[in-house]
Amino acid sequence: MTREECENGPADMLIDGNKARAPREKQGNSVPDKFNSNYLKFYYGKLFPFSDIFKWMSYGNDGKHPGCDQTYFGRREFSFTLDNDIYLRFQSFTSAAELESSIQEKCPFKIDIGPVYSVDPAKRHAYAQSGDNVFTPVERELIFDIDMSDYDDVRYCCSGADVCLECWPLMTVAIKVIDTALRDDFGFNHILWVYSGRRGVHCWVCDRKARRLSNEQRASIADYFRVYKGNENSDKKVSLTSPALHPFLARSYTEVLEGIFEEKLLLSQNILATEERYEKILDMIPDESVTAELRGKWQEKRQSSISNDINVVRWEQLKQLLQSGKHKGKGLRRYVEEIVFSFTYPRLDMEVSKHMNHLLKAPFCVHPKTGRVCVPIDPNSCEEFDPTAVPTLSMLLEELNQGGVRGDVGDDLDRTSLGKSIRYFRSSFLQPLLKSCKEEMESSYNAKLQQMKNSLSW
Amino acid sequence: MQPLRSHHQNDAIPALPLYRSAPPLEVRLEDFELYAIDRLRVLKAMSDGLSRGKNPEEMEKLVKGLLRANMRHPQASEDVNKDIISHFVLRLVYCRTEDLRKWFLSMETALFRYRFLLLTSNDHRRAVMAEFNLPYKAVSNAEYEGVKDKLGQVARSIGQPPPTANDIFYKVPFEEVPELVANRKVYIHKGYAYVAMNQVVSLVVTQFRSHLSKALILTNRKWTSTIREQEKDRLTPIVEALSTSYLGPDYSQPRESAEISIKDLDQIAKSSFPLCMRHLFEKLREDHHLKHGGRMQLGLFLKGVGLKLDDALAFWRAEFSQKVGAERFEKEYAYGIRHNYGKEGKRTDYTPFSCQKIISSTPGVGDNHGCPFRHFSEENLRAALSRMGVGTRAMEDVMDKVRNRHYQIACTLTFEAVHSSTCDAGINHPNQYFIDSQKILQSKNQSPGGS
Repeated sequence: MTREECENGPADMLIDGNKARAPREKQGNSVPDKFNSNYLKFYYGKLFPFSDIFKWMSYGNDGKHPGCDQTYFGRREFSFTLDNDIYLRFQSFTSAAELESSIQEKCPFKIDIGPVYSVDPAKRHAYAQSGDNVFTPVERELIFDIDMSDYDDVRYCCSGADVCLECWPLMTVAIKVIDTALRDDFGFNHILWVYSGRRGVHCWVCDRKARRLSNEQRASIADYFRVYKGNENSDKKVSLTSPALHPFLARSYTEVLEGIFEEKLLLSQNILATEERYEKILDMIPDESVTAELRGKWQEKRQSSISNDINVVRWEQLKQLLQSGKHKGKGLRRYVEEIVFSFTYPRLDMEVSKHMNHLLKAPFCVHPKTGRVCVPIDPNSCEEFDPTAVPTLSMLLEELNQGGVRGDVGDDLDRTSLGKSIRYFRSSFLQPLLKSCKEEMESSYNAKLQQMKNSLSW
Repeated sequence: MQPLRSHHQNDAIPALPLYRSAPPLEVRLEDFELYAIDRLRVLKAMSDGLSRGKNPEEMEKLVKGLLRANMRHPQASEDVNKDIISHFVLRLVYCRTEDLRKWFLSMETALFRYRFLLLTSNDHRRAVMAEFNLPYKAVSNAEYEGVKDKLGQVARSIGQPPPTANDIFYKVPFEEVPELVANRKVYIHKGYAYVAMNQVVSLVVTQFRSHLSKALILTNRKWTSTIREQEKDRLTPIVEALSTSYLGPDYSQPRESAEISIKDLDQIAKSSFPLCMRHLFEKLREDHHLKHGGRMQLGLFLKGVGLKLDDALAFWRAEFSQKVGAERFEKEYAYGIRHNYGKEGKRTDYTPFSCQKIISSTPGVGDNHGCPFRHFSEENLRAALSRMGVGTRAMEDVMDKVRNRHYQIACTLTFEAVHSSTCDAGINHPNQYFIDSQKILQSKNQSPGGS
């Protein structure tokens, strides 16, 4: 649909009588043609991967195996945010077709996925809050939400909702640190990272063990990841007081944080370039003799080396002073690490991860404010991910138009930039996950059979 | 269920039962209540200790003493049965509401933790783990070699000495030790946490807590559906009374040596009365009158302190007649005093009120009874305490406890401030305050009643 067609839109819409409306002009910063409900309708019609989402959410229960739980998909909560900010919770569906037709009909601006409940959410009012017959979450992926606006105190290029290539490395750090820990430390395998569409990333851990974790267990994992503690009232928000770092923190530092800090952020954020900025760093070093000496060097404004960036020079000086042993203070080396952690270490939204009933945006949604699709990110090549190059709704529709309208969804996808994301989703995440689900189902079914046989034999 | 037996003779700590199932024991109705009361005393004292911010070592010591003082049976072999029976009785008492369950769960879990820590041998601890079906594999020597560097790093990061080849580690699925994971106190690899022996406590306690929590819900269901009705003439009244009972001495029989004469009253009021009674006493002196609630609270207290009936009558008469005249006193008030001493009506010798009772009373307009820590405004309380001699530093501690509604602890802190001495047991009864105060003053070589 080109812009000209769109301008004829309102009249058509009224006649159709459906919920889609005229292009949103009150979008604020975003350009009107990037996102509107007409485009969205088309997107849901041609590109949104309904059957992939269905297969994923079924975790193998959509098959014919006797161990399949036919009620499983129907107990999953979805929620829709419609264009007039109407919020519909506790939506549930019994098949991919139902999911698809409801979304195409309602055309939600945002789709969230909630937990799998003990019973179909649509029937929840028939069940009590406590006692035997409850309506309660029974399975939910372990999820993480990392939002760039939580880093506003350590990035100078943007703030708030904005994101650019200078600060995006912070997300790269978060993905690497957390992904490695989830796999190596916690032993999880089926992990999906997704671009949130604007300024952050989401993580879905889908192993069966992860889905069955209690709230307390989720909280313990979130706390394991937590380092940053504080708010605008505290000077130091990272405190690494002990003589040694836990292996997880040490590994994160040497494998990820130190490198990205020194090679990217130090320079792109000009962390030590001005007095205001270096004072902020000096505030993190409680040792007066050290800070006085550094201040003295830096106030001179004379660069000893012309070829090296001033941030690099100053950082070297700082490290030198704290690590050389020249000053007598105890644990000075630790401050170098604290500074690096403060500027780079992942900042999770704890509440998202702690509660089973927390809703999270579905992958492949389109972000209403940017028009960008929430595409998966490959953690193995996340340093190459470019948020400014993510396909937008209007871009995809143009790509589709160039090929003319044809055949089934598979062909359509391949003709657009979304095809690559969907293929990645299927091959790197969905297929291994489903294979593993099938194996688990078979083995637990066989185990149950065996148990029954054993109890029958006297 | 096999409770553990300690092999050491003379061990003050009974074996460590896990209360998995109700024992098929017979117990006398009397013991049903008495055992429960003894255990409740332990739990309440622990609760007290925790709200006063005692650290883990102090708590361990406290628990050891409490068990020794309350949970022993004349026949040592019966200790275990008393332990088990008292626990199950209290389950009935404390299963009935969410708040009661929460408190009981929290105290029993804490008690279990300290008892586990007090176990002296590793064999005992391992036996408990086995009881919980914690089939955790000890890390083999070969595997230990592979991870010992990481284990050392973790140890240093939590301020512990590095492990040696003799130290035992357990490989445990990480989700079973959420506390340790959350605080990064263990090395985790491929879903398994490497837990040091001394961290095993956390494992065991988590399991204990989880079992007990579920058991309490089941007990509640059984209680409401069958037991309460079935036992309405036998166990139910006992169970319902237990959760609110005061558990200390009732001070109804003042000791022989504690005879107080009227002329001593003013002095001992100043030196040894708790604030609630001091206030009533001062008001009486000031107004020459007290309303019913105040007469009861102060009157019974004085009886507990050692004031004989005749002296009591003289004392109250001297005050009241200044307001209402001697004749009206005889007609309207003397009877009540004699009633308190068990000389009238059904001749019940009333016991002086405990803190619990006083705190829960509701003084109205013109009343002066109740607990000042609860009922006074902050301003008035500060003034009253400062007149008692509580210094500024202690004052803040007291007010902090008041704000958190720990009134008895506030009174205990007041006692400590005024007497420059600690009161480990905590104040539970105004007469206890008085006796403890007198003890301290006497030991400072003062004559009884002097200051």
